[in-house]
Amino acid sequence: MRARVFVTLKPSVFDPQGKTIADALHSLGYAGVDDVRQGKYFELDLQTTEAATAKALAAEVADKLLANPVIESYRIEVD
Amino acid sequence: MDSQVLERHGLTADEYRRIVDFLGREPNMTELGIFSVMWSEHCSYKSSRVHLRTLPTKGPQVLQGPGENAGAVDIGDGIAAVFKIESHNHPSFIEPYQGAATGVGGIIRDIFTMGARPIALLNSLRFGSLDQARIPRLLEGVVAGIGGYGNSIGIPTVGGEIAFEPSYAGNPLVNVFCLGVARHTDIIKGVASGVGNAVYYVGAKTGRDGIHGATMASAEFDDKSAEKRPAVQVGDPFMEKLLLEACLEVMQTDTLVGIQDMGAAGLTCSTTEMGSRGGAGIEIDVSLVPQRETGMTPYEIMLSESQERMLLVAKKGREAEVERIFEKWDLHASKIGVVTDDGMLRVKDKGVVVAEIPNRALTDEAPVYHRPMSEPEYLREVQTLDLDALERSPESVALQPRDALLALLASPTIASKRWVYHQYDYSVRTSTINEPGFGAGVVRVRGTDRALALSVDGNGRYCYLDPYRGAMLAVAEASRNVACAGAKPLGATNCLNFGNPERPGTMWQFAKAVEGIGAACRALNVPITGGNVSLYNETDGNAIYPTPVIGIVGLLEHADRVVGRRFQSSGDAIILLGEGRDELGGSEYLKVVHGLVRGVPPALDLEREAALQRLLVSLASDRLMRSAHDCSDGGLAVTLAECCFDTNGIGAEVEVGGGSRIAALFGESASRVVIAAASDDVTTVLERAAAANVPAHVIGETGGNRVRISVAGETAIDVSVDDAERVWSTAIEKYFAKRVA
Amino acid sequence: MKFAVITFPGSNCDQDAYHAAKDVLGQPAEYIWHKDSDLKGADVVVLPGGFAHGDYLRCGAMARFSPIMKEVQAFAAKGGPVIGICNGFQVLLEAGLLPGAMLRNRGLKFRCEHVHIRVEQTDTPFTAACRKGQVLRVPIAHGEGNYFAAPDVIARLEANRQVIFRYTTPDGRVADEANPNGSVAAIAGICNDARNVVGLMPHPERACEPILGSADGLAIFESVVQWIHKFSSATV
Repeated sequence: MRARVFVTLKPSVFDPQGKTIADALHSLGYAGVDDVRQGKYFELDLQTTEAATAKALAAEVADKLLANPVIESYRIEVD
Repeated sequence: MDSQVLERHGLTADEYRRIVDFLGREPNMTELGIFSVMWSEHCSYKSSRVHLRTLPTKGPQVLQGPGENAGAVDIGDGIAAVFKIESHNHPSFIEPYQGAATGVGGIIRDIFTMGARPIALLNSLRFGSLDQARIPRLLEGVVAGIGGYGNSIGIPTVGGEIAFEPSYAGNPLVNVFCLGVARHTDIIKGVASGVGNAVYYVGAKTGRDGIHGATMASAEFDDKSAEKRPAVQVGDPFMEKLLLEACLEVMQTDTLVGIQDMGAAGLTCSTTEMGSRGGAGIEIDVSLVPQRETGMTPYEIMLSESQERMLLVAKKGREAEVERIFEKWDLHASKIGVVTDDGMLRVKDKGVVVAEIPNRALTDEAPVYHRPMSEPEYLREVQTLDLDALERSPESVALQPRDALLALLASPTIASKRWVYHQYDYSVRTSTINEPGFGAGVVRVRGTDRALALSVDGNGRYCYLDPYRGAMLAVAEASRNVACAGAKPLGATNCLNFGNPERPGTMWQFAKAVEGIGAACRALNVPITGGNVSLYNETDGNAIYPTPVIGIVGLLEHADRVVGRRFQSSGDAIILLGEGRDELGGSEYLKVVHGLVRGVPPALDLEREAALQRLLVSLASDRLMRSAHDCSDGGLAVTLAECCFDTNGIGAEVEVGGGSRIAALFGESASRVVIAAASDDVTTVLERAAAANVPAHVIGETGGNRVRISVAGETAIDVSVDDAERVWSTAIEKYFAKRVA
Repeated sequence: MKFAVITFPGSNCDQDAYHAAKDVLGQPAEYIWHKDSDLKGADVVVLPGGFAHGDYLRCGAMARFSPIMKEVQAFAAKGGPVIGICNGFQVLLEAGLLPGAMLRNRGLKFRCEHVHIRVEQTDTPFTAACRKGQVLRVPIAHGEGNYFAAPDVIARLEANRQVIFRYTTPDGRVADEANPNGSVAAIAGICNDARNVVGLMPHPERACEPILGSADGLAIFESVVQWIHKFSSATV
């Protein structure tokens, strides 16, 4: 199965990269974009064929390594 | 063979016939691919070899001349300085960050593959005008790439140069220089010998990146260049750091016969070159090559330019030691073949021979061309410059020299590059003595009292106006910069950036430039120890200015005698060494103020230049100079102003001689240096200069907080140091967004 | 007494830290490879700067799992002095030996320059020979030095006097233009609750010799030598 892990900065953390991107979009004429937050995306190729196992494993991996709980949170999709 | 296939491989019909002759049969596709990269301009130097052979490459201090991965000179105590400069121009246009990053990676490998620990980096960059679209982004990407790679691997970038001319808009130049140190006895060559010795591959896995990178660098850009994007490789400085440490550790154990990095033309180039140098053959099986993509063909594996890979030959019986050291660094050395005695490059795939070519056909016997040359048509006309008419023109008459100085200080080629170099780690390795941006880079050699001064210099405009003299001036400037730091120039490396050599005018420029480099290197006693040629730097038929870039390494016996370019205190005497003439040809003044690129570059008397450089080294050694700054872009006025910058406001007041006022202030006459000396030392300095036959005059004094220059008794420039410094230090920053918060 | 300089794959300031301890300070020093499980009787542990594991994923995120870190944790738990410099500081943060995290510089670019830091507290092993309020001129060289922690964590750090160095002007004032990376409260370095683990982003090991532009960093190394001799505490 494949697990997708989306890691994003917590709302309270200032994101200068996201802000720079939003500014660039505004100067390109995209007034309808209020804000941009930049995050990371991981694809894990897992041996299990059970969705629940995949999700649990991905969460464990995300907790241990992929995300820094001080500044980041994550969500998982499995297929 | 289909002519389209040949064209895609960058081979002419005549070259194909030669291949058939060598093999005694038609080549298969894998063999064709191998020939195409080895016979590309980038790898074979086929257009340039006849000229490069005329360069001086020998000297008592030379331990290794051209022909190896890098050159080396003796710096005393059994230690060698190992160095080279290389270009990564075409990839940097296609993908600025990765093109520049992999350029840095490549030159670093060239140094440590020789057994030397890399200790410093410099770079020479040229872009179109910052006012042109895309150029700021290009600069930003290249700088980020150089920093991204160099900082990560932990080698300080201690200096360099950046110039901006519309000529480079479609063809930026990214030349990277690296210096390393090694004990003489530790220098190891890229040679394969000893029948039956194991051939190992270590480093990153091979993928499909960069295939035909060498052929791309041997062709001009056109509309289809965007499609060539996949040919740019992605660098991994972490992998290279591991390789560097592991290789240096292996080299200490004396288990290697030879080692070479895989750069342009990857596995193909390293196997044939190592075989050729050792008079041996190499047989490899591509199925043993670690691959990161599936289904790769022998053609792809042989031509891949995946980065951070090394090829090495182990001594018989020592293989286990080699493997163990690499494992420690989490690297896997894979045995992929053996050394033979038949002089062939034999490529197998799972035991079946898929390519078999005599090594020499790919290296020593690659085509050598005597391309037609003729003086370009534009040259005579553009060399004419009526200085008198210029001075009488309304713009000149109306112009205040003060405003001209500020305009020059704001010109990006002259302006402070601090926006750039603060993105480079220049202090890692705790050896950097001079901060970048203020003259030659200087690093100490740990474990000794010595230091090495480094400079890279070139001037495309001068070479456009006179390639012979312009090239001589590049050598003179680089070695002068090194001498100003108090170091004796020991050796040189050259990066020759030119247009399409199939055009007689370009080939003529190349030949003349090489002649000029040769003449200057002989007179100044700085042999060429190696270098790089980058041709086909043109877009849609518009070539860059012919741009030879020279890197010079100099030795300071005592690191504490290093001299910087900033004034140290008020009340010091300012002495001008050398003499100015009424010449403005090719000057920054002429371009910035009058929008002209005309005339001839400044005259150069090589004997005088040599005497000047010897004098500088001796004055520094006896601590008689408090600072030294050579006159180049922008002339004396710019030089003086720059001496005042970053000094917490020490100004200068000087008086210079007659002749043309503008030439006195902004002319770029060669062989001139502004030095500051304690007032007690003035007599000694002047005596030494006289004895050395170097013109020397006290022109003024440091102090106050203004830059005041009088010409023939009349004040010509009077500006506060703060105002001038602000203009100079903020000119380039203005092109880039302010920080986000 | 002995300094241990931990070397991770990708560390590149290990030689500089070793040089400062051994050649400049004249103290015994030893490199400890990240896969080792023995600090070999070191009295001080240095986590040097660099790009451990290429800074891939996050700075220090993978180095914190190196076998040697178990020993470093144990050493710190016993009160042994540990200093994390630049990437070393990042490893200590990821390992939970210090609170908070590092973000990218607010200017989004790598920055190398000399800055000024003010010593806020002198009761740590690494500031014992400094004066409170002393300003040190030391180089920084980083792209991810923007220190962050949640407001309540910051409040606790301040209340507990755990902020050890702050970015200031040359005359010791905290000012926005003197903050090179946007760190909250101009924090350049902190210590743990027990005050034996210190992390800082600037590179004191690059400022131990006048020929390099500043020797202010020497005080940090001299401090720990002084501290060790004063307490002669048992180590691992």
